[in-house]
Amino acid sequence: MNIYKNKYNVDQIKENHKIIAEFKYDIKKLSLGYSNKTLHINLGKSKISSKEVSQEMKDKFTGGRGFNLKLLWDAVNENTKWDSPENEIVIAAGPMSGITQYPGTGKSIVCGISPLTQAPVDSNVGGYFGPYLKFSGWDAIELQGISKKDVIVYINGDEGLIQIIEAPKEDVNSHLISEQMCDIFAENEMDMKSIATVSAGQGAENSFFGCLNFSFYDRRRKVARLKQAGRGGLGTLFRHKKVKAVVCKFSSLNFNNNEVDNLEMIKEVGKNYHRELYEEDDKQCDMRHVGTAHLVEIMDDYDLLPTHNYKFGSDSKTPKISSPIWREMFTQGIPDGCWYGCSMQCAKCVDGYVLRTGPYKGDTVSVDGPEYETAAAFGANMGIFDPHFIVEANFYCDTYAIDTISFGTTMAFIMECYENNIINKEITGGYDLSFGNGEEALNMLHLMASGVGFGKTIGLGIRRLKKLFVDKYNADANFLNDIGMECKGMEYSEYMTKESLAMQGGYGLALKGAQHDEAWLIFMDMVNNQIPTFEDKAEALHYFPMFRTWFGLQGLCKLPWNDVEPADNAETEEPAKVPSHVQNYVDIFNSITGRKIDKNEMILQSERVYNFQRVFNLRMGFGTRTSDKIPYRSAGPVTNEEYLSREDRYDKQLQEKWNWNPKGKSVDERKNKLRQFREDAYQQLCDAVYKRRGWDNNGVPTINKMKELKMDLPGVIEVLKKYGQ
Amino acid sequence: MKVLVWDKEKCIGCRTCEKVCSQTWFKEENRDKSRIKITETENGFESNFCNQCGECILVCPVEALTRNAKGIVRLNDKTCVGCLSCVGFCPSQSMFIAKTEPKPFKCISCGVCVKNCPSGALALQELPEPLEKVFYRRHF
Ligand code: SF4
Ligand code: SF4
Repeated sequence: MNIYKNKYNVDQIKENHKIIAEFKYDIKKLSLGYSNKTLHINLGKSKISSKEVSQEMKDKFTGGRGFNLKLLWDAVNENTKWDSPENEIVIAAGPMSGITQYPGTGKSIVCGISPLTQAPVDSNVGGYFGPYLKFSGWDAIELQGISKKDVIVYINGDEGLIQIIEAPKEDVNSHLISEQMCDIFAENEMDMKSIATVSAGQGAENSFFGCLNFSFYDRRRKVARLKQAGRGGLGTLFRHKKVKAVVCKFSSLNFNNNEVDNLEMIKEVGKNYHRELYEEDDKQCDMRHVGTAHLVEIMDDYDLLPTHNYKFGSDSKTPKISSPIWREMFTQGIPDGCWYGCSMQCAKCVDGYVLRTGPYKGDTVSVDGPEYETAAAFGANMGIFDPHFIVEANFYCDTYAIDTISFGTTMAFIMECYENNIINKEITGGYDLSFGNGEEALNMLHLMASGVGFGKTIGLGIRRLKKLFVDKYNADANFLNDIGMECKGMEYSEYMTKESLAMQGGYGLALKGAQHDEAWLIFMDMVNNQIPTFEDKAEALHYFPMFRTWFGLQGLCKLPWNDVEPADNAETEEPAKVPSHVQNYVDIFNSITGRKIDKNEMILQSERVYNFQRVFNLRMGFGTRTSDKIPYRSAGPVTNEEYLSREDRYDKQLQEKWNWNPKGKSVDERKNKLRQFREDAYQQLCDAVYKRRGWDNNGVPTINKMKELKMDLPGVIEVLKKYGQ
Repeated sequence: MKVLVWDKEKCIGCRTCEKVCSQTWFKEENRDKSRIKITETENGFESNFCNQCGECILVCPVEALTRNAKGIVRLNDKTCVGCLSCVGFCPSQSMFIAKTEPKPFKCISCGVCVKNCPSGALALQELPEPLEKVFYRRHF
């Protein structure tokens, strides 16, 4: 239980509620994983309505992210900006979401036109909201328009009632409002598990990389825990619409709310998988005790842990933020799944943490995480190797609803700018923003959340900051473009890609921006050398993004796919794909929906939506080869300091890989030559990937490809014609 | 607490225990639905049933598994959401699941098999309760 010095007053919050719109509906059983309806909320007009899901929509878009993108496409036009009223936040669970028998099956997917990238983004998140929404009768919810006053959208799936409620008194910050929603809408403590809240804090109001917090009530800790739809500024969009919370109440969760076709099969697959986890996890990733934070030391070992704004890949201080520390700080022995039945239980938590700074100083709280990305971004990338700083900043980022990845990567960029005198104390308002300065980093975080001073400036994100520094402070645009780790406007997540060309593509060719959720190929490429040629890499950059898109269509978590592997996985033909787990997914999908797909049809389902999303990007004015350009820091050493830190490696490559003798050449010469080779290789990679994906040489899907996928919808063809198809 | 114990030397493999168990709890004679299982192996008969160790309590997401006042680990059917975590995570694989049953079941030391075993191979024995492995209480 969190302990607050100044506890809020629930009665006062409730007294100020005013219902401004209401909608009643019949509660029906689901059918084979779908509720076959979606919910539309117009916040500007306070209107609530319902739409049918057609068979065609299911055939073409499957569900989850596919449904979201289809609904979003219909809602916006090519001139829509992120802050236009017609822009939407769309949230969906997929057909597989909400089963209880298999780990990682409770995810929601959120889409919208992003404040950061100005293009469609998707973000995958845990917590109970998505499945509860579906079981309440809705495969997806669209939030359109901009409310005049702060509101809550309340979906009561027990009674078939939806309300838009004026909500002036709730706290905005997520750890409080998520708890307040439990206090207000649950019958009693036992019932708090039935309340799932989506919210975004004040940091989302004042930065472009606000995230969304999805709650789930932890009955052992008695805390409303928070999971983040982190990427792409969807929290910023949420608060722009003046939504304080979207709440779903659903109290009759059971073993078969999805009304599946073949429960016995799902039980069998689930039982075996739980056993595999029991037998293998301790030996493999130890997800159950340290979550994704197990990666910190592994990344450091392979020179892949971004340090000081991705200059380096390791640091002697990494043991201070690696998994033995987290194992000790995380409470052990609680089933930390972010959905029922996730026995991988990576949603670790630091409990009884007394806050040292900010508005909640002195309060005792449970802090969700840190996960790997947060530990890497705050610890190594900002050079602050202090677990307490990481936990404190993690708590505040979450409750303020600031994406920890964008915050960490942007701060690392700011710190490098500061150390290079591109910005100085005069500009920062007197703050010393050198690498390693945790106290000042926290100050920036609190200022950002309040929308004040240089903190607010940092919240612009790297792309806008680069422009600002060039326009206002005469910074060298080329240097900033080299070291500003963003692609398509989205900050990089926390992996070094200098030595893995395939992973440079994993980031650069990802539809929404620099996130690793489409492909993580570093080991396949750099460590195991399994994909040596451009064609091999292109094949991997086709298969894995498609395969992993499928998680978003279904409402699944990626982690149970390959964060534990069957004991004999290495002996299979394609271990990187984890074939037996792929089969599990195929079996479960078929058992839920009664269909009979195989692993090829699975990829086809993804390809339809993936290509549709690429076309959606094009429709909004992005998505050609230019959009796939990456900052040079992700491909090679920008500065002499970086070159010299791995001099032997680079010299050797010049000689062996490109047959260019580095002997007697200056650092500048060698660095420039390396750059020429590596930039050229990236363009060749793009050529190969576009070809493999059925796109033209500018990265535009061909009309033939869309026909082949049966996605040659009139609107799609219209866009493609504009791009010369 | 009273825990079921089985004597390999005395067991004759007649499986009366399985029959009476499934009959008592599921009203049908069905080995799959027995909370005790006897199997024949190269080394004679082996048994499988819950030893009340309580490991499963820690994996249940909804606190459907608890140790009752007598020390016996019980599964609350109303709370259980059928996630099967406990089935996979039982160290001795004594949390069972059967076709047509959405939720797992386990031995609760009722003693009906003890009474019916023709060879006296089964007994309820008073054993000390294991130390509860609830790490998290210290934080709250
Ligand atoms: S593996 Fe982790 S993130 Fe994925 S569903 Fe389980 S607890 Fe949630
Ligand atoms: S199957 Fe039921 S009792 Fe077992 S862990 Fe899951 S919810 Fe708990």
